[in-house]
Amino acid sequence: MWGLRAYFKPYWKFLILGPLFMIFEVFFDLLQPRLAAHIVNFGIVDRDLGVIERTGWLMVGVALLSLITGVGCNLFASRASQNFGADVREALFTKVQAFSFDNMDAFKSGTLITRMTSDVVQVQNLLQLALQGMVRAPSLLVGSVVMALLMNLKLGLILLGTLIVLVAALVVLIRFSNPLFAGVQARLDAVNTRIQENLAGIRVVKAFVRTDYELRRFRDVNEEYTAISIRAARFIALNAPIVTLIMNACMVTVLLYGGDLVSIGSVQAGDLVAFVNYVVQVLSSLLMVSGLLMNVSQANVSARRIGEVLTTQPHIEGKAREEDASIPATHVEFAEVSFSYNGSNDPKDLVLRDIDIEASRGDTIAIIGATGAGKSTLVQLIPRLYDVTSGAIRIDGKDIRELPLIGLRRRIGIILQESFLFTGTIRDNIAFGKPDATQAEIEAAAKIAQAHDFIAKLPEGYDTQLGQKGVNLSGGQKQRLSIARTLLVKPPILIMDDSTSALDLGTERRLRTALQDVMKDTITFFIAQRISSVIEARRIIVLDDGAIVGSGTHAQLMAECEVYRDIYRSQFGKREVS
Amino acid sequence: MSGSNPNTSSANKAPANIDQMGFRSGPGPRHGEVPKVRSKDTAGTLRRIWGYLKLQGATLIWVVACTVLTTVFSLLAPYLIGKMFDDYIVKRQYDGMFRMGMILFGVYALGAIFTWIQQYMASSLSQNTVRDMRHDLFGQYQRLPVPFFDRKSHGELMSRAVNDIANVSNTLNQTVVQLIASVLMLAGSVVMMLSLSVWMTLITVLTVPLIVFITKKVTKYTRRFFTEQQKQLGEVNGFVQESISGLKVVKTFGNEARSIERFREINERLRAVGVKAQSLSGSMGPMMNTMRNLTFLIIAVFGGMFAYHDLITIGVIVSFLNYSNQFSQPINQLANQYNLFQSAVAGAERVFEVLDLDPETAQAATAGTNRPIRGDVVFDHVNFGYKPEAPVLKNLSLHAAPGQTIALVGPTGAGKTTIINLLTRFYDIQSGRILIDGQEIRELDKEALRSQIGLVLQDAYVFSGTIRENIRYGRLEATDQEVEAAARHANADAFIRKLPAGYDTYLNAEGGNLSQGQRQLLTIARAVLANPAILILDEATSNVDTRTELHIQEAMKLLMQGRTSFVIAHRLSTIQEADAILVIQGGEIAERGTHEELLQQKGFYADMYDNQFASTQVS
Repeated sequence: MWGLRAYFKPYWKFLILGPLFMIFEVFFDLLQPRLAAHIVNFGIVDRDLGVIERTGWLMVGVALLSLITGVGCNLFASRASQNFGADVREALFTKVQAFSFDNMDAFKSGTLITRMTSDVVQVQNLLQLALQGMVRAPSLLVGSVVMALLMNLKLGLILLGTLIVLVAALVVLIRFSNPLFAGVQARLDAVNTRIQENLAGIRVVKAFVRTDYELRRFRDVNEEYTAISIRAARFIALNAPIVTLIMNACMVTVLLYGGDLVSIGSVQAGDLVAFVNYVVQVLSSLLMVSGLLMNVSQANVSARRIGEVLTTQPHIEGKAREEDASIPATHVEFAEVSFSYNGSNDPKDLVLRDIDIEASRGDTIAIIGATGAGKSTLVQLIPRLYDVTSGAIRIDGKDIRELPLIGLRRRIGIILQESFLFTGTIRDNIAFGKPDATQAEIEAAAKIAQAHDFIAKLPEGYDTQLGQKGVNLSGGQKQRLSIARTLLVKPPILIMDDSTSALDLGTERRLRTALQDVMKDTITFFIAQRISSVIEARRIIVLDDGAIVGSGTHAQLMAECEVYRDIYRSQFGKREVS
Repeated sequence: MSGSNPNTSSANKAPANIDQMGFRSGPGPRHGEVPKVRSKDTAGTLRRIWGYLKLQGATLIWVVACTVLTTVFSLLAPYLIGKMFDDYIVKRQYDGMFRMGMILFGVYALGAIFTWIQQYMASSLSQNTVRDMRHDLFGQYQRLPVPFFDRKSHGELMSRAVNDIANVSNTLNQTVVQLIASVLMLAGSVVMMLSLSVWMTLITVLTVPLIVFITKKVTKYTRRFFTEQQKQLGEVNGFVQESISGLKVVKTFGNEARSIERFREINERLRAVGVKAQSLSGSMGPMMNTMRNLTFLIIAVFGGMFAYHDLITIGVIVSFLNYSNQFSQPINQLANQYNLFQSAVAGAERVFEVLDLDPETAQAATAGTNRPIRGDVVFDHVNFGYKPEAPVLKNLSLHAAPGQTIALVGPTGAGKTTIINLLTRFYDIQSGRILIDGQEIRELDKEALRSQIGLVLQDAYVFSGTIRENIRYGRLEATDQEVEAAARHANADAFIRKLPAGYDTYLNAEGGNLSQGQRQLLTIARAVLANPAILILDEATSNVDTRTELHIQEAMKLLMQGRTSFVIAHRLSTIQEADAILVIQGGEIAERGTHEELLQQKGFYADMYDNQFASTQVS
């Protein structure tokens, strides 16, 4: 939690005022038993009705003051915690936007989302609690002891002594319970994983008739989880009885010893009444503390998870100022580029090795090769989704690491393998890269992407809502929309990473024809699976295990490149080869 | 927010025994108001939860008995303290006082012991109960028919198994016991107070309507803001979810700034409403605190006056100060506990909803269904639609003789995959017949049928576990040698051996360390091991690059030998050798024949073929 202290700063006033008001509230609350003792001592024992009445009004006044300070504390605490939460959330969001692809890969997207949502709520609630309950409990504790000591030193010391024993007991209990909870979480994760996997593969489970097997596997993790949860819960169950018993023993001691003191007349009966009250205050605030501590440890986990995101350094940052210097991007060059995901130059870590490619405006480079050969990685280096490990990529002769990052990416249109669309209309989605695009521009892009026809057939056309509340599109339709989205920005460098895989053959063919025009003025890289898609390309690069093993036209490669011939054979059968 | 604010959770004024506080130490204070979720049939749901609880018979009785005992002891303590004041302390008799003190300590000790037993038992009670529920739910997931999973998102199903059940568990563990204790404590306190002084009781109880009234008012007022806060929080979470999932797209378009801008807008709205909602609902705590202060002072002042007139003793005042707290606390908490309880019942109801769905009908196995299938498959005038009003297959007939390979081609959505869904009886046909070896499949035992069908799907399904376990999934009793033989057969052995841990390499759920093609080879090995009579390959190579495809094709060819095979393919190169190619269009068979025959027909197939190979023909 302390790691997030920078976000407390703007609200330091509330952070001081909140606890301050709470201390006042506690003070007023602690006055009440003292006043009640007054009633007993001077009203009842000394038989004075006036004292009872006057003290009664005083108690009303004190109760009102307690209300005012209590409400005040809450107002400050709420203001601080909600604002703090909002700030942290914004900081996280902004940070994540700056993440590079490998930063993202390091966090699973699921955990990034929980870090930004429920974890923030956790720490926000903790702050609220810290400013109220965590001030209140210790204040009550200290206040009660002080009041007790003031009333009678010996009785007060009994209370203080008990308190020390109690705190020690609590510390021991908490120390032992922490590892148990970690175990519970781990087992719960195992249960969840089992369910998740089972649901994902339910067709396979059914096809292989593996219900019993699955149930057996599930039973194992379920039993383990149950066993450890019970163990943890039983341990927790010790908590309350131990604390209560110690405190109640203190209560009995106070009553007996205090009763003795009353009988010899050194303590007044009313004071003992108040004393009993303070003992209970101490006990209840202790129990509160142990409850709160559990919250703290939970929120601490959240705070750490948030901290991890906030302290992650984006691996790729724009060096130059992000001035909107337009890059003409008429020439791209890979010079001895090698790449590994962990940044090491060790040959066995390298995903790409000594890549040299050069392309100018109007060139189309087709890339083909086995899965894992490094095709996607290769093209993702161009917009600096990852940075090269050695060598350099130059655009218009300049190392891309020297170019403004946003400016660079805006000049490169990359269509990723998985098409992701946002909630919103089809129009919003296509205009994602250029929000001020006209309808004509949007339609033109959609037409090239072979999306216009199916969009026009939808009842609401370009205004059709996509996403949770909207229409569900097929994989091929999504792909066409994401192609249109990229085409709309007319990037001088266009990268298509196997982005037509879900299209049927007819559509793909029409798309390729329509793209011819666009490609005249761009540098195009496209990754393909089918030989038929690359066959017309003037340059085909064959990638194998991270290295270029062939480069040239279809005919040249058929003559020279073994790997290429293999691929060809797999797609066209022997007949064609012979 | 009552009960969640730290103010309310402090036993402010002198309960002589705080056992009831112990219940709270488990979960810690809860945040925010518990959203009101009303169940549809509370009584029915409770009866069913009861059905689970009953299984824990003895434990359950222990828990309830201990709860009652604990409450009784905590009711006794204030009475004893009052007694001590009156009989010994005020009268200054030290002799009996010690004995009384020991009795009091005994009561406290017993209270602590029973609290411990109660919580000890309650933890296994609740955990075992939800274990059973979770197990039943998981089992039900295994038995439900495939259409159920096609309709519901995994997230939703997960949420039932995780969140709803956790909800039930918490409630069983905490709330139910608290609820019982609260009610007992409330009633017990009133009884004890009445026995001490009727008038004082009336005065003390006077504050109750006031508490209830204020709680209602404030809750009503804050609910609006609270709902609004939840709504805004939902918006923020939704936006975060989408932006993170689509972050790569945002970055490739360099759209980060716009994304942050939009987030800021939504976040500011949440901030504004959050401050308001929290300020309002949080003030509930101080208010309740004040109510307690008021009760305290009323007892002190009026008790003082009564005592002044010798109507009651000091001891009674002491007891009352304690009881009033024991009695106002449950009132504060009851509403909150009731809401928690309701939301748990609603959670349980969602679980039961799933449990109540009809599982796949286990067919009474007619004679001879366990006989090995030869693989003669007939579709006879089959009609089917996922929704009755939208037919997908129309009057479809086909025949595959044992050992034949039937290829299905056609545009997306034509119904190719549907044929597979019907053959495996993931879905049942609406009219017509499907015969396997001359027997209608509706008469076959589903499990017996499926164990004779091998499936290799587009998304290679790999679960977390070792490679060996993944392959062995095809036949659980297979030996290591058989597993490895199957892998060799499927062309997978070579790459597996190259892995550092070989067959014992642990795969995570995403199959992370393997490529899509390698995962597909594993599923083929799995099918080899299962040795089915009928084989279905549904776009098995479409996510795979072409070089790996070569390996897969070889493996598939081997696998298809001697089995009736249905191959759905996108790439025509894979199916040219099929015994029959069926072109499915709009749910009907548009063309059928061998590769050569179809090319001569110059129909859809020939078109597709030209499309795919046009450029080759030219070169």
